[in-house]
Amino acid sequence: MKYGVVVFPGSNWDHDCYHVVKHVLRESVEYLWHEKEITNGFDCLVLPGGFSYGDYLRAGALAMFSKIMRSVKDFADRGGLVVGICNGFQILLEAGLLPGAMQRNKTLKFISKFTPVKVVNNAIPFTRKYQAGEVLNIPIAHAEGNYFASDETLKRLRDNGQIVFQYCSPEGEIDGASNPNGSIDNIAGICNEKGNVLGMMPHPERCAELILGNDHGLRVFSSLSS
Amino acid sequence: MKAKVYVTLKEGVLDPQGKTIRHALNNIGFQGVNEVRMGKYFEIRLDDQDQEAASEKLKRICHEMLSNPVIENYRFEILPEKVDL
Repeated sequence: MKYGVVVFPGSNWDHDCYHVVKHVLRESVEYLWHEKEITNGFDCLVLPGGFSYGDYLRAGALAMFSKIMRSVKDFADRGGLVVGICNGFQILLEAGLLPGAMQRNKTLKFISKFTPVKVVNNAIPFTRKYQAGEVLNIPIAHAEGNYFASDETLKRLRDNGQIVFQYCSPEGEIDGASNPNGSIDNIAGICNEKGNVLGMMPHPERCAELILGNDHGLRVFSSLSS
Repeated sequence: MKAKVYVTLKEGVLDPQGKTIRHALNNIGFQGVNEVRMGKYFEIRLDDQDQEAASEKLKRICHEMLSNPVIENYRFEILPEKVDL
């Protein structure tokens, strides 16, 4: 497996994603500066968290016009694996690679804490090493993670199994009390119809080693390796 | 040409910021303020002299960048260069 970690001005979880792939998984990885086109030979592209372009206009909105995004789209259209984490998820939404939009958290607060998240779909390449219904404890850190989709889009997401992660209680109950940011249907992560593009607000790269609390996030990356 | 662009949330889309502003207004004594919806305002200067060309360009600018069509609407006014924005 060869990974590329896309770096925008203001990305700040790029090094952590790189570290997990290179030093924990021991796979091949390169940084990809946003002004360049992607060359051949990559299997998975990671759009990391952070504040690309300072979150100006809307979170993720300006990164979508970076030169690299055209080749990210082509790569995804050809079936290449793409995962957007936090700000990376916001960019995938703005770029139209995933449906819906992100809004301010209902509390208007920046939330940074470990949060229980349920694996709803374990059949995509990024989640196949998880059990369906497994509850993970993963950090979230965002002010704009309140996922919104029209009724029609939400129905399509449900019908196609595109809801991959949902916020839940530690016991796995999906209810209002376990929803940290107001996301519709407690959505924490979704994929496209083909399942090769994943967007998620929780940060799997921050919990991929026991020294950092737990390694619940590691399988988002290791599921891709045979 | 000059343009004033307004980007507003679509009906039915929740606005946590507007709601908080409304509560704050009530708290400092402004009664009867029932709803606040927050949006964005842009002032843009264009080289175009032709009203129709400017309007077409602005539509694309609003659709492709200034608004997120999933949750936002836009409208704009085009004014002669001499008018102060």
